[in-house]
Amino acid sequence: MMITFMNNSDSEEEPCNERTSLMSAESPPVPSHQDGLQASEAGEAQTHRKRRMGSSRSPNNAADGNMSGSSVPVRESALENEEEELTLKYGAKHVIMLFVPVTLCMIVVVATIKSVRFYTEKNGQLIYTPFSEDTPSVGQRLLNSVLNTIIMISVIVVMTVFLVLLYKYRCYKFIHGWLILSSLMLLFLFTYIYLGEVLKTYNVAMDYPTLILVIWNFGAVGMICIHWKGPLQLQQAYLIMISALMALVFIKYLPEWSAWVILGAISIYDLMAVLCPKGPLRMLVETAQERNEPIFPALIYSSAMMWTVGMAKPDTAARGPSQQTWDTAEDGRENHRSPSHSDSEISETRSPVPTHPITSLEELEEEERGVKLGLGDFIFYSVLVGKAAATASGDWNTTLASFVAILIGLCLTLLLLAVFKKALPALPISITFGLVFYFSTDNLVRPFMDTLASHQLYI
Amino acid sequence: KKPPPAPGCGFAAPGAALVLSFPHRAFFWLVSLLLASLIWFVSVHLSDQEDSKLQYGLLVFGAAVSVLLQEVFRFAYFKLLKKADEGLAMISEDGRSPISLKQMAYVSGLSFGIISGVFSVINILADSIGPGIVGIHGDSPYYFITSAFLTMALVFLHTFWGVIFFDACEKRRYWCLGLVVASHLVTSGLTFLNPWYEASLVPIYIITVCMGVWAFFTAGGSFRNVLKCLSCKASRPQRSR
Repeated sequence: MMITFMNNSDSEEEPCNERTSLMSAESPPVPSHQDGLQASEAGEAQTHRKRRMGSSRSPNNAADGNMSGSSVPVRESALENEEEELTLKYGAKHVIMLFVPVTLCMIVVVATIKSVRFYTEKNGQLIYTPFSEDTPSVGQRLLNSVLNTIIMISVIVVMTVFLVLLYKYRCYKFIHGWLILSSLMLLFLFTYIYLGEVLKTYNVAMDYPTLILVIWNFGAVGMICIHWKGPLQLQQAYLIMISALMALVFIKYLPEWSAWVILGAISIYDLMAVLCPKGPLRMLVETAQERNEPIFPALIYSSAMMWTVGMAKPDTAARGPSQQTWDTAEDGRENHRSPSHSDSEISETRSPVPTHPITSLEELEEEERGVKLGLGDFIFYSVLVGKAAATASGDWNTTLASFVAILIGLCLTLLLLAVFKKALPALPISITFGLVFYFSTDNLVRPFMDTLASHQLYI
Repeated sequence: KKPPPAPGCGFAAPGAALVLSFPHRAFFWLVSLLLASLIWFVSVHLSDQEDSKLQYGLLVFGAAVSVLLQEVFRFAYFKLLKKADEGLAMISEDGRSPISLKQMAYVSGLSFGIISGVFSVINILADSIGPGIVGIHGDSPYYFITSAFLTMALVFLHTFWGVIFFDACEKRRYWCLGLVVASHLVTSGLTFLNPWYEASLVPIYIITVCMGVWAFFTAGGSFRNVLKCLSCKASRPQRSR
């Protein structure tokens, strides 16, 4: 899974330039995945914009006298510092914009795991993990889980390559049909199962007509919001719900040791697929950039503000998580590669903004920038925390420790994103931290805290 | 619309700082707890498991090590924040960083307190839902309520310690630092007197109130401020504290 920063510039004539918001703004964007044309456009757009910002500030300076010094070089450097301060402030905002949905998704998953018994019962396994873990010896169990992981990862690789090939040979209809079918299944079938289990747990009776009405409304509104247009918050809520449902399916159907090994293997795969020159995801991004079009707008969680997404742009508003049991995995991985492209479309449709004092510029920038994170990332983070909640013998400390570790990993990844300014895999650091903290808390901290609590000692 | 004054650009940042600092701070606290548990675990497994007095002694040792490690990591976090603060100050146009060190001290102390309190109490809370009778084996029936009060005191204490600690590090008053560490050790030691709650809860709350007053004066408050705050709330200009 990768995360990218979206920065939409606001002027009428410049296209979007991909620029992180954590680093100083005056350095031209590193043309990592951009072809030459876009990079030069971005470069001149940036200088153009800075000149515009400078000119718009000068009457303000004279009028308000807030800025010290009116000579041009001072103003220029003040401008750069102001931009850097803005970028840092907004960088912090982006981190928060990602923390909230990730936290919400994890809360939903943990709440369900802790209350609904269904998701912790062993009721069979997916066909992608055929080897059972019910063997008596430890070695055999380990071997089985490694074999399960190999099968699962190879299926993921095959599906990813298949998707890349489909994209390369322009079979867009097939891809869209696949995505729509997957989201249909997730929004209707899995929600029906989930609702049924929740009602069973709380012993609430519901008749079929009401159930059909509720599920139909939920699913239909979800399909519209995700694939067409809808209020941003509703879209985000649906994406979070869907990631949670997917994660719950994984938690239920993956055997224990296999789940941990799969998590580790997926982060390694993610690292390689995104960063290696011949990785499928990288090829996908490069193809999309050659064609100068957005990659599937589905399967990405975007935190961009309302007025950018509310524009009637069908592809940017279309988001469709794929829901065949674990297609979400690789689909989520590819999909948040739509860095500059979908945003360039957004900025082009925006009406020209007149010159204005620096504050409104700040506000506009604030509204334009968004961060994107793939849904697969949400799913695997939630799988880790959910597994911690399910298997850690009723201990909440382990769950909390994994949760904090994942958030810290996400922070670090965002920091690296600011440093390297290109799409990065979001899984490896967080999952590594999460796994390390899970195992160490479960085996070391839990006995310590339990012993302290039994004597009512506080540290 | 008038642009805000330059230092005021940081107004949005404290809210962000609070949310952001929580996972960082919690992470530091968790690492300190992990190291302490590791030490305790190793020592327990190297020693005789049947000797209960020895085990209790090892527990006391583990708790003391944990307290010291927490303070060490608090210091490490202070160093980290100082560096970040200097970085922010360098790039801001008037040489001051948008977030004041006092705010950071408060936020970091609070986050420390929250994670410490949550870790202490959440298993107890989860158990309190399930069916059971408190103290059926002869322990105190006030376990839950005293745990709640102790956790509250701990959260307050960490917040106050954070403020005092950062200020002491800033002004290099090492006796303050020593006092903070000593009071943390004393507080933790007082909990060893549980379930003799009069001897543990009451002194802990006295320490909390003293630390609160000390932190208030360290953060720049005074009696005059309190009076002004209470008397002319309406006419008080809006400014961050």
